[in-house]
Amino acid sequence: MSTAAVAEHGTSHDDHGHGGHGHTSTGLSNNKLAMWLFLGSECLLFGGLISTYMLYRGRHVKGPGPDQVFSIPYTSVSSFVLLMSSLTMVLAVAEAQKKNIDKAKLWMTVTAVLGATFVGGQIFEFTEFYRKGLGYTTSLFGSSFYTLTGFHGVHVTVGIIMLMAVVGMLRVDKVPGDKAEVIELVGLYWHFVDVVWILIFTLVYLIPA
Amino acid sequence: MSTTVEHATTGHDSHDEHAGHGNSHYYLVALALAILTGLEVLLSYVDIGKAFLPLLMILMMIKFVMVVLEFMHLRKDAKLFHYLFWSGFLLAIAVYIGFLATFKFFLQP
Repeated sequence: MSTAAVAEHGTSHDDHGHGGHGHTSTGLSNNKLAMWLFLGSECLLFGGLISTYMLYRGRHVKGPGPDQVFSIPYTSVSSFVLLMSSLTMVLAVAEAQKKNIDKAKLWMTVTAVLGATFVGGQIFEFTEFYRKGLGYTTSLFGSSFYTLTGFHGVHVTVGIIMLMAVVGMLRVDKVPGDKAEVIELVGLYWHFVDVVWILIFTLVYLIPA
Repeated sequence: MSTTVEHATTGHDSHDEHAGHGNSHYYLVALALAILTGLEVLLSYVDIGKAFLPLLMILMMIKFVMVVLEFMHLRKDAKLFHYLFWSGFLLAIAVYIGFLATFKFFLQP
């Protein structure tokens, strides 16, 4: 390989998102490494919350139980919305990697809107449950349910803020380093939030107490 | 020189490979996820006896793995990312199986 070829390849290599992290000891992006490490640790957080819910959900002595408050059709639609937001997010990442930043911004905005729809649906669901007599301190089931799904809702909200912040920064061209990698990192977080909901939807909503 | 070539080969973690995917691949994965979710919901309405729980768990895990491998691109990404994520996930499962076993969760009627 000639020097010119190496230089050319180096440029193309940077264009594909490795210019931001340069030479690292692993040969991988440190930002991406940190994000995967963070997601691995998040597994433990949600594992704890899901286990606590599983332990307590059948032990309520007062207040309504899961069978009396859950609406499977409603939550199924919410789940579908969140699943589709993962599709729009991966399309944003794909467009960013093809250097179509405008399209990536559009898909990220759609993802944020779908996420907001999910959070709005969750707030409505919580309001309905409260009206049916399930408060945060009503029973062990109520406390563990609201803590688990509330934590997830907060994660989705943080994801929406991250998406809109990146879209805003892209608009004024203030994203430092590799744009595609930044979008990919936000995407990793967003997909993680989605996979956690896949677990919650089945374990919490679909399995009868 | 050889170091440069080596880095150029091994350091290419994911972007080129991701860009190689057509978007139709992602639409297909999303369609499969939607169908699997529909199946899960359907299962919760029909009585299939003892097969219900294992079937639901299998469908859930298929969806989980599909999103992680295809949408998070872990299938074609560096092995180190696999280790970081799956070790966290498996540790969580192990710790909480122990936790629930301590509370005799699995012995509940």
